[in-house]
Amino acid sequence: MLTPTRGTQAIFRINPVAKLAAALLLAGVLILTIDWVSAAVALACEFVLFFWAGLSLKAFALRTLPVWIAAPTAGVTTLLYGQAAGQVYWAFGLVNVTEGSLELAIATTLRILAIGLPSVVLFVTVDPTDLADGLAQVVKLPARFVLGGLAGLRLVGLFLEDWRALELARRARGIADRGALRRLLSQAFALLVLSIRRGSKLATAMEARGFGAPGRRTWARPSTFRGREFALIGIGLAVALLSVGVSVATGSWNFVLT
Amino acid sequence: MTPAAAASVSGASIVARGWGWRHAGRRGWAVDGLDLRITPGERVLLLGASGAGKSTLLHALAGVLGGDEEGEQRGQLLVNGAEPTAARGQAGLLLQDPDSQVILARVGDDVAFGCENLGVPREEIWRRVNDALDMVGLDLPLQHPTSELSGGQKQRLALAGVLAMRPGLLLLDEPTANLDPEGVLDVRDSVARVLEHSAATFIVIEHRVAVWQSLVNRVIVLDAAGGVLADGHPDDVLTRQGERLAAAGVWVPGYGHGPVSPRRGTCSESAPGAAPLLRTPGLAIARPRADVVARDIDLRVHAGTALALTGPNGAGKSTLALTLAGLLKPAGGAVLASPEFADGADAEPIRWKSRQLVTRIGTVFQDPEHQFVAATVRAELAVGPRALKRPEAAINARVDEVLQRLRLDHLAEANPYTLSGGEKRRLSVGTVLATRPPLLVLDEPTFGQDLRTWRETVALLDELLRDGSAVVAVSHDTDFVAALFDREYRLTGQAGPSITRAAVSR
Repeated sequence: MLTPTRGTQAIFRINPVAKLAAALLLAGVLILTIDWVSAAVALACEFVLFFWAGLSLKAFALRTLPVWIAAPTAGVTTLLYGQAAGQVYWAFGLVNVTEGSLELAIATTLRILAIGLPSVVLFVTVDPTDLADGLAQVVKLPARFVLGGLAGLRLVGLFLEDWRALELARRARGIADRGALRRLLSQAFALLVLSIRRGSKLATAMEARGFGAPGRRTWARPSTFRGREFALIGIGLAVALLSVGVSVATGSWNFVLT
Repeated sequence: MTPAAAASVSGASIVARGWGWRHAGRRGWAVDGLDLRITPGERVLLLGASGAGKSTLLHALAGVLGGDEEGEQRGQLLVNGAEPTAARGQAGLLLQDPDSQVILARVGDDVAFGCENLGVPREEIWRRVNDALDMVGLDLPLQHPTSELSGGQKQRLALAGVLAMRPGLLLLDEPTANLDPEGVLDVRDSVARVLEHSAATFIVIEHRVAVWQSLVNRVIVLDAAGGVLADGHPDDVLTRQGERLAAAGVWVPGYGHGPVSPRRGTCSESAPGAAPLLRTPGLAIARPRADVVARDIDLRVHAGTALALTGPNGAGKSTLALTLAGLLKPAGGAVLASPEFADGADAEPIRWKSRQLVTRIGTVFQDPEHQFVAATVRAELAVGPRALKRPEAAINARVDEVLQRLRLDHLAEANPYTLSGGEKRRLSVGTVLATRPPLLVLDEPTFGQDLRTWRETVALLDELLRDGSAVVAVSHDTDFVAALFDREYRLTGQAGPSITRAAVSR
């Protein structure tokens, strides 16, 4: 899950900062309203655009699976317990399926898909190193913060190995038969201790290579922001505007704060 | 780095005058009263017992000891006449642990990291990156993922990253302690190539003298009590001080790493009628959710004998050990315990309950910290007996016995994480002994140890073998295998049948 997909299409060369901006823009606009029309329009546009996303159908299905599970789950919850309005279809205890909750459920499901799918699709083609370069050079976030985060990300794989070793060790020590919750807590604490050690070792290694040295830092990899980056943000903006436009025109715009 | 470019870097001089350093929160000084002068271009092997402050000195020279909140300094330590912290980048430091030195995800980026921090212009950075990778002999594309490198390759990558900074002072802190024999030679050869073309001052810490002896022209031995114990030409120091250095834990060729005690008698394998504790008909091994690394393994583990699992990195030695120990599920075939050994439990150790396992097979992990679960040494040793619901008096008696046997009694109330490397290793063996399992499985029990701890480990295992326990250990350490083991099983690294099985000649 942590490794980025690689490829040669245009999408792989676009600065990750532009992908971040496009995904945020779309999400920002779509959470302003809770109607199904705007979400459906956005989703329709996105499905056309996904052809250029640089993912095979299988990779697309695999990577976006969590969104496909989350969206209908949220939808069903809204359907059963959402704000009641209009005709009542079915009621049982706290469960109250009504015309209003049905509409809300559809809107919720579509909205999660419309925000979640493009975010996942844009981010599976992001290389963390490129993102860090962009955040530091284009957005001008502090280098210390960005590079510290990037180097720390590499430790995640080691944590997974540590966790497995801790698990085996507990079986070997004779304490794996019961008390699952307590064991989990003690294991989590042991992992914390180990990760602090690994972190401080990494920090020493970084310092030994002059990290944090006074003077201006240079960047071995240029991070550029040009035409195709603006084009991607433009596409995101166009999808957002189109979905708002259709929604307002059909009279279904439902501002979230009213 | 091209020879010309490397030669343009002049070596750094080092002066210490009554220098000392105390880590924050410690009572004793890690280094104290050090007087030393190293001239530009000297090649120094730095020796001394564990705790003599070798690493502390190297970290200080690299300027990464930290500020006032990390500890306290007295006297003077100067690199090129200035405080080391004032000129980061003039000293390049290579550390022991390959995993914690990889900083970025791609080979080229990782080498470039130091140059970026020093503000080297972009075109110059990539020139240096390519030169440095050539120099260490790492022939990989710049885009190659660093996560796919072996331990030896990671160390050479880190060395390239250090070289690209063009340091006048090259510092190596046990750079090969965690590597297999092949990795050790690769790293050593890379360093030799670098030194051929460089005027940089060079200091290396290493317990195993033989590896570096030919590359240095001076040996300095730090005294654990402070100051310098010996200083001079390698041949002189090692001959005159050989015995004393060996006693202090330094691996001096010709001193003290032969068999610790006379060979044990015939192993019970040859004794007729004795069934093996474990046998593994057609065993195939794999990590969870991963491919099979070796198949058709047919092993027998007999009481009172020692079996060494050897082979190159990635051949599946640890996987095999953990599978024999009933911790990983066989990917094919089976691990079968004899009825006497199983003692009423299932025939396959992987099906045993955790509590059944501790009285039959004790596993000592490569990293002792992975298996610590309690707040004190005493409680740590009591974990196994307590899981078995032994009466409190019996638990205490057994814990006292193990504490004494492993000479940990003075540390009974200490936190396991605060012990030294050798003490941690002893404790991790002790936690296993507390429940008296007839079979011990150990993963690299001598990794990164100084000679003294090594001898202790060998002596302890020898004693257990004489008492009739069986020992299975993964090891790269040829001295260790020769000193203790009856049989060696070599994994070849191809997922075909593993071939060699030979008696170890002593």
